[in-house]
Amino acid sequence: MMEKMIFGRFIPGNSIIHQMDPRAKISFVFVFIAIVFIANSAVTYGILLGFTLLVVFLSKIRLYFLINGLKPVFILLIFTFFLHIFFTREGDLLLDIGFIEIYEEGLRQGIFISIRFLVLVFITSILTLTTSPISITDGIEVLLGPFKRVKLPVHELALMMSISLRFIPTLMDETGKILKAQMARGSDIGSGPMKERIKAVVPLLIPLFVSAFKRAEDLATAMEVRGYRGGEGRTRYRQLDWRFVDSLSLLVLAGLAGMLWYFRV
Amino acid sequence: MNSNILSFENVTFTYAPEDETVKPAVKDLSFSIQDGEWIALVGHNGSGKSTIAKLMNGLLFPQTGKVSAMGRMMEEESLWDIRSQMGMVFQNPDNQFVGATVQDDVAFALENNGVPHKEMVLRVKEALHQVKMEAYFDHEPHHLSGGQKQRVAIAGALALRPRLLILDEATSMLDPQGRMEVIETIRELRRATGLTVISITHDLEEAAMADRILVMNAGHKQLEGTPEAVFLSGNQLTTMGLDLPFAMRMTHLLREAGVELEAEHMTEDELVDDLWTYYSRK
Repeated sequence: MMEKMIFGRFIPGNSIIHQMDPRAKISFVFVFIAIVFIANSAVTYGILLGFTLLVVFLSKIRLYFLINGLKPVFILLIFTFFLHIFFTREGDLLLDIGFIEIYEEGLRQGIFISIRFLVLVFITSILTLTTSPISITDGIEVLLGPFKRVKLPVHELALMMSISLRFIPTLMDETGKILKAQMARGSDIGSGPMKERIKAVVPLLIPLFVSAFKRAEDLATAMEVRGYRGGEGRTRYRQLDWRFVDSLSLLVLAGLAGMLWYFRV
Repeated sequence: MNSNILSFENVTFTYAPEDETVKPAVKDLSFSIQDGEWIALVGHNGSGKSTIAKLMNGLLFPQTGKVSAMGRMMEEESLWDIRSQMGMVFQNPDNQFVGATVQDDVAFALENNGVPHKEMVLRVKEALHQVKMEAYFDHEPHHLSGGQKQRVAIAGALALRPRLLILDEATSMLDPQGRMEVIETIRELRRATGLTVISITHDLEEAAMADRILVMNAGHKQLEGTPEAVFLSGNQLTTMGLDLPFAMRMTHLLREAGVELEAEHMTEDELVDDLWTYYSRK
């Protein structure tokens, strides 16, 4: 189950999308999210869907892999689709079987909202699939840079993010170890009624928390010894490289917005 | 006096200054370390050696006495300057890995000290080369063994080109192979650069390689001298809860059993050489 999920996973590669600057990709996704709401007709939604498939193609991530990894999302998608079909009561009546009445507008809305949802999920997944977490953090740090003036601790936020990301595998390993240790002592986590199972998580969480605090303390000492004094006067090892493709991608996005606006009903 | 890289003068430190019943963790300690020396600081748990490590880099300040490093007294103002010339590697390999990948971690101290980007790239490469981890440039920490992580930590310290490297129980959580890797790395470094090393340890095999050993017990300095001299006082060490290296124990036992060995052997190789030539010498 966990292995198939692709939320937040990074698939290394060398496609044109992989090589883009994280700043460009993040801005792209945010602007795209706004643009999606311009669409309101069959043609515009068609354009959006086509554009998204083009991006997927350029990222060299197999469509099958993407669809397979996003299965849980599709359940939500189908749910919203039916919600619209059953509860929108506008336009001509298309189908009437006893208590189920389907109207034309309901079907249209259902399909449109589903496409909107699908397109958003695909594009954001492409962002995380083609950008390593550390690049995303770098990108966010630079993009949030202007907010330093209003005293937003941008550097600290970025550092927190990158340290959290760094410690996820370490803490996962640790959870596995604690789980085995508790199982060896006769604790039964995988079975029993819900209430029992929730209770069984406590002896798992407490040692994990204790060790996480210990790690945090050690890490703070190690950072201090290595001369960490906050963001001021620091230089950056990772340099971001804005290239022509990055500017081009934003231009293409502007073009897309124009096109959607033109075909909008 | 100028070649003193680090010195403690009558240093006393207690974690609870108000409470008279709490014994000080370090009591009236004085020693000095010369440029280019390899010092081992040994002692069992609670002997005050971790506290000494913290006093060395200004994580703690003593209540009485003076700590000075690189010819300067350890104070708030000189603290960061001193720290930038001093590398430190801790016990737990996981808890000191700050960066997301090997190269990021090595660059961390450089970033903190505002080293320009171009220079940083060179120094990261150089430091990783020194510990023979260049091949792992882009690896993430959870794909490395304990010994490899410690070598990266050493590279992280070396990138700043420090004059002094402090290893605070840096090998105690490693398996024998990882321990050998780290010790070999230190030996290589000493050969190549003549770096001053202080290793804080309870492993006397590791301590045997140092130029000089300081034995700590209950917060004060019990013994000081070359490994040979310190190990000769075998019983004293054993009563302090320290285990002599295997080769030394073996030598002692053989001598007690009436085998006339040539010398006090500190390494297995020496002992083996002595034993296999034993009959031909007679």
